[in-house]
Amino acid sequence: MRADTDTIDEFVASDYKYGFVTDIESESLKPGLGEEAVRFISAKKNEPEWLLEWRMKALRHWEKLECPTWPHVKYPPIDFQAISYYSAPKKKGDGPKSLDEVDPKLLETYEKLGVPLHERARLAGVAVDAVFDSESIGTTFKEDLAKAGVVFCSISEAVQEHPELVRKYLGTVVPYTDNFYATLNSAVFSDGSFVYIPKGTRCPMELSTYFRINAANTGQFERTLIVAEEGSHVSYLEGCTAPMRDENQLHAAVVELVALDNADIKYSTVQNWYPGDEEGRGGIYNFVTKRGICRTNAKISWTQVETGSAITWKYPSVILQGDNSVGEFYSVALTNKAQQADTGTKMVHLGKHTRSTIVSKGISAGRGQNSYRGLVQVGKKAANARNYSQCDSLLIGDRCGAHTFPYIEVKNTTANIEHEATTSKIGEDQIFYCNQRGLETQDAVNMIVNGFCKEVFRELPMEFAVEAQKLLDVSLEGSVG
Amino acid sequence: MLEIKNLLAGIDNKPILKGINLSVNAGEVHAIMGPNGSGKSTLASVLAGREGFDVTGGEVRYKGNDLLDLAPEERAREGVFMAFQYPVEIPGVNSAYFLRSAVNAIRKHRGEEELDAMNFLKAVKAKMKELGLGEEFLKRPVNAGFSGGEKKRNEILQMAMLNPWLAVLDETDSGLDIDALRIVADGVNRLRGPKNAQVVITHYQRLLDYIVPDFVHVLHDGRIIRSGDKSLALELEEKGYDWLVKEAA
Repeated sequence: MRADTDTIDEFVASDYKYGFVTDIESESLKPGLGEEAVRFISAKKNEPEWLLEWRMKALRHWEKLECPTWPHVKYPPIDFQAISYYSAPKKKGDGPKSLDEVDPKLLETYEKLGVPLHERARLAGVAVDAVFDSESIGTTFKEDLAKAGVVFCSISEAVQEHPELVRKYLGTVVPYTDNFYATLNSAVFSDGSFVYIPKGTRCPMELSTYFRINAANTGQFERTLIVAEEGSHVSYLEGCTAPMRDENQLHAAVVELVALDNADIKYSTVQNWYPGDEEGRGGIYNFVTKRGICRTNAKISWTQVETGSAITWKYPSVILQGDNSVGEFYSVALTNKAQQADTGTKMVHLGKHTRSTIVSKGISAGRGQNSYRGLVQVGKKAANARNYSQCDSLLIGDRCGAHTFPYIEVKNTTANIEHEATTSKIGEDQIFYCNQRGLETQDAVNMIVNGFCKEVFRELPMEFAVEAQKLLDVSLEGSVG
Repeated sequence: MLEIKNLLAGIDNKPILKGINLSVNAGEVHAIMGPNGSGKSTLASVLAGREGFDVTGGEVRYKGNDLLDLAPEERAREGVFMAFQYPVEIPGVNSAYFLRSAVNAIRKHRGEEELDAMNFLKAVKAKMKELGLGEEFLKRPVNAGFSGGEKKRNEILQMAMLNPWLAVLDETDSGLDIDALRIVADGVNRLRGPKNAQVVITHYQRLLDYIVPDFVHVLHDGRIIRSGDKSLALELEEKGYDWLVKEAA
């Protein structure tokens, strides 16, 4: 059998259907990073003094840091002074008080993206916060959620309305000194979502944030904070898209999850930022820090489907501090064209009888490079900790790459760690076999890829599992001739 | 049904088929025998449209149309089935799902209504019973971790479900024990009918004890050097291929 070259070569040309630009007047800060920019953002958001100080500390710390070079990705140095750190759709007057007052162009944008913000045309039972460039433009279902005591709003709003909560938890899971991009985010974060679930409450609906980068030459630095009080339960989903542009755009987000005793947080991501073109021109640099902390008996589950971005660099992690706490990470990362991904997780076992599960599925097509990087750490006091890790890689064509970097550090002899890894390739012979049974090549590839990802899709909330599958199909479109 | 005229084909400029002539009518079973390297599997691959094989001359007509002009999936939908010598493993893809997709791709092409999960299961379970296959088959990923015999039986199950006009079996008997051989032969015999035709490619006469062919052809160095009825197969069993090769030379 010949090597998988000819038909699979064409595997790479797919269209990004979210690549449009919304023509809207926006207000952008001139490029450059320094005290002035940080003060501008803080003032724009009318922030209390403590938050400005926190930002300034982060800025000063950041100025001492070097951009990390350890990820298995290649890109030219980023000029952080050439980026604008704030862009927002220009408001008319005082800004919209409800969704009815939001610029129709913005609503239209979200309609086009399949995220209807009008509550009458909403996704069944899902509350949405829409973030456009640096600003949240609206959150649906606020009143319904408020009845249950749930707070779901933009983080800027939370700073105004619930400063005590923000102050108590912000930076407690990802401190401003954490790493280069998290520190940068701490200095300049503009918006993001805030969720607070009171004690013993099961959030009555799925919560979701939809991030959209529109303006050119701006970075998006959102900050999300989710606090689940004792015995509460929440499922949260984020989606992301951006226009097609020739230059790269930086997205450096931070997500912090706090699951107090017996709480349960399920966090799902469907990331579809613009991936750049065949040659690797344009696309989003997605450098994200996501981490959660579990207290006693708490559970945090990360599920991610990463199909977009020129470069993805993220490791949603769980600190299993409380006894009997549970961490999970389910991931599908697809790299096609010239995309690069270095993604995985960290499971830090500190409490006794803590358990974690890692299931990572990497798919590489075109010239895509996909790395899994994971750390399982078991501390001295973490008696009877258990981890199961499974990392599978699927290669499509012969110009892509898959890499696995598992790290295991165990300081307690009662730990039980299992690691399994496989690498397989969609072969011309598999495709021919499907063809010979009457199936189109593209359908065959989709079938094989979806079969490969099944274990992860099963973890997504129902309606998003279907979306994720479709998204994967679209990302692989035109890949085979 | 199938008309092969002076077919020339090869891989990487190396000629393998050097002028094949073969005519297969509906209702017939043809056996193609020959020593290793004679071009048997190349013929099957060219008929199914496998990539990497270049046809350099001649023509193949199937039901009056140019078969070589069709993409592999189009040939399959037109009713050409190939049972693979080495069935391919597809991990993660459930056998039932795979087979239903295939059945529906072909039904759709024929203008028939697609089978829903319930009706498909009913149909497939009936076939499996006929072939003596356990139902756990359906839950496993396509061919993944199957034994050699299971893979071949899976080919026969697929063939039974897809109900092709023309079935090409590429050394389906290789590596089978006698029970598996019977199941395979039984599957082929069930498909026999006035409207269907089968081309059975085999190295050994053994299979032809169970699938009795109407015609036997001996392939050597890319050409059919002798055709006859089933007695030719028995003669080959007795004398080997050498005498024919010498005669042809």
